[in-house]
Amino acid sequence: MPPREGIYGLLAEFNTPSELVHATEMAHREGYRRMECYTPYPVEEAAEALRFHKTRVPLMCLLGGLAGLTTGFLLETWINVWGYPLNLRAMPLFSWPAFVIPEYEMTILFAGLSTAFGMIAQNGLPQLYHPLFNAPNFASGATSDKFFLCLESHDPRFDRAQTRQFLEQFSPVSVVEVDH
Amino acid sequence: MATQGPIPEIVDPMIDPRTGEYAVIAPGHTFKSVTQKIAGIVLTANTPWAWVGGLFLAATIATGVVIAVTWLVLKGVGIWGITIPGAWGFAIINFVWWIGIGHAGTLISAILLLFKQTWRNSINRFAEAMTIFAVVCAGMFPLLHIGRPWLGYWLLPYPNSMNVWPQFRSPLAWDVFAVSTYATISVVFWYIGMIPDLGTLRDRATMPLAKYVYGMLSLGWRGSTRHWIRYESASLLLAGLSTPLVLSVHTTISFDFAVAAMAGWHTTIFPPYFVAGAVYSGFAMVLTLAIPIRKFYHLEDLVTLRHLDNMAKVMLATGSIVAYGYGMEVFMSWYSASHWEFFMMWNRMFGPMGWAYWILILTNIAIPLTTLWSRKLRVNVAYLFVLSFIVNIGMWFERFVIVVTTLYRDYLPSSWGTYRATKWDYMLFIGTWGLFTMLFLLFARLAPMIPMSEIRMMLPQTKIRPGGADAEVVVQEAL
Repeated sequence: MPPREGIYGLLAEFNTPSELVHATEMAHREGYRRMECYTPYPVEEAAEALRFHKTRVPLMCLLGGLAGLTTGFLLETWINVWGYPLNLRAMPLFSWPAFVIPEYEMTILFAGLSTAFGMIAQNGLPQLYHPLFNAPNFASGATSDKFFLCLESHDPRFDRAQTRQFLEQFSPVSVVEVDH
Repeated sequence: MATQGPIPEIVDPMIDPRTGEYAVIAPGHTFKSVTQKIAGIVLTANTPWAWVGGLFLAATIATGVVIAVTWLVLKGVGIWGITIPGAWGFAIINFVWWIGIGHAGTLISAILLLFKQTWRNSINRFAEAMTIFAVVCAGMFPLLHIGRPWLGYWLLPYPNSMNVWPQFRSPLAWDVFAVSTYATISVVFWYIGMIPDLGTLRDRATMPLAKYVYGMLSLGWRGSTRHWIRYESASLLLAGLSTPLVLSVHTTISFDFAVAAMAGWHTTIFPPYFVAGAVYSGFAMVLTLAIPIRKFYHLEDLVTLRHLDNMAKVMLATGSIVAYGYGMEVFMSWYSASHWEFFMMWNRMFGPMGWAYWILILTNIAIPLTTLWSRKLRVNVAYLFVLSFIVNIGMWFERFVIVVTTLYRDYLPSSWGTYRATKWDYMLFIGTWGLFTMLFLLFARLAPMIPMSEIRMMLPQTKIRPGGADAEVVVQEAL
């Protein structure tokens, strides 16, 4: 849990992604680490400025896919060889080529679901409440046409007055304090 | 997809002077105007009367499904025109037709994403919705065709007191996995894609109920950069998974035919030819939906002639593959020197149901593949709209020809019969059109049908200037 006393952070609003990326990069150089950008569409340069490169979503996908493949193969093999063996048109019970399609579909099903739900879980969603929604200008802009940088108060370098001054040198539209 | 040909002389603001191509987005749009335009369709308090009328009409037609299914459950599949030898009738034809229509949605959302065809962004969401609603209509048919739809769960492998399990060496069991996976992944991909836009709707909605519902559905999306990176990664992975999925689904469906030792079905060309046909009819359906929608909601800025032109080109390409498939079928029935194959083809062309084959050749090959070469016709909205219906009629007849002509005159002349659909077949089929339209109208009213976040990414204002230039400079440069 972040500290409940004081404010959540300072939120600077920008009109363009360039200003946001510049401010984020400078904040990182200044030593701020607990910060996050909020944009209406994915801005990869902002992630670079935050030094956020790696996600574990592909790993989720791989693990899900392998689980699906194994499940499909074992399920079909057990059912057709041991669970309910039927001699049809003298086809071998262990007809692995015929098992490929359900296996393949199970691989995709498991991989797809683990990718989607893994992404949601790693993002900590669903999270219907977040302090940022308290900021008066956040909701109207972050999902439409504004670009935000939030320096969070639990960063060791955070200081209400100094951080505000730091943010204001990038001439943002506004800098507001975000309540918990 | 570069458009070749002479650059038109008339100065049209929609034509990019550098390339001579139609623009993907009309010039002059900003992040705000895009958001307002698309969210406005959903969040307006005034529901257009035409929409209400359309929904009423579609719902009326959809009651055909309710009536036909109720009667079917009471009486059994004997009310349909299926008989021996023609045991597969409208149900299988409609199943293959509907699911094929759905494939274009996945192609647009997944394959064109992987190929970085950004023009697809404006049509991707409603193409995906089209996929889901088409799969809803498609899935109904095999389920009803099994005779006791309330026991449909027997198709799934689950431990039961009868100690009976599915038989995985049959293509019909493969179908269960292919279609159910396709439906699930399509819904997931569609929903994941909508989360950021649902967040936009939540933030812009004024009605408390709308705020609440979109708030819940958006899962609290706030556009955090770390979220976006994981989100983008998941989108690409889902696209990468959907691409082989969509190819495998229609391949599996073609195996329902190709694995059977029946003349006209037992061919190796079926998988590619089915997939190409699916995409062909699917793009026709996207045009059928996109043309009235862009007109009705004034979306000509976002769904431009470039989109229609490109879709027509995809139809030309896939239609040519389909034509090759037809050609190969005829050639192989002669080259195989098989009496049964030869008779099947003769019967298909000149037998009692030969008329269906010639309708198919006319609507799928003769009309579209001669005219789509012309750029003038590819950007003629009225022509494309009519053509989209023609192609879908043709693709329905393709499945009719494949299913019926092979079955009704099989190896043994003493068992020859014919196939005649009953009024219940027609009622259910026409009812699914109503169901599909109804679902689509509800979607267009309640969900963002053009992905706002992806359209924003295509605007010139997204360009990053080192050092943080302000808005005016970036916009000036872009112009």
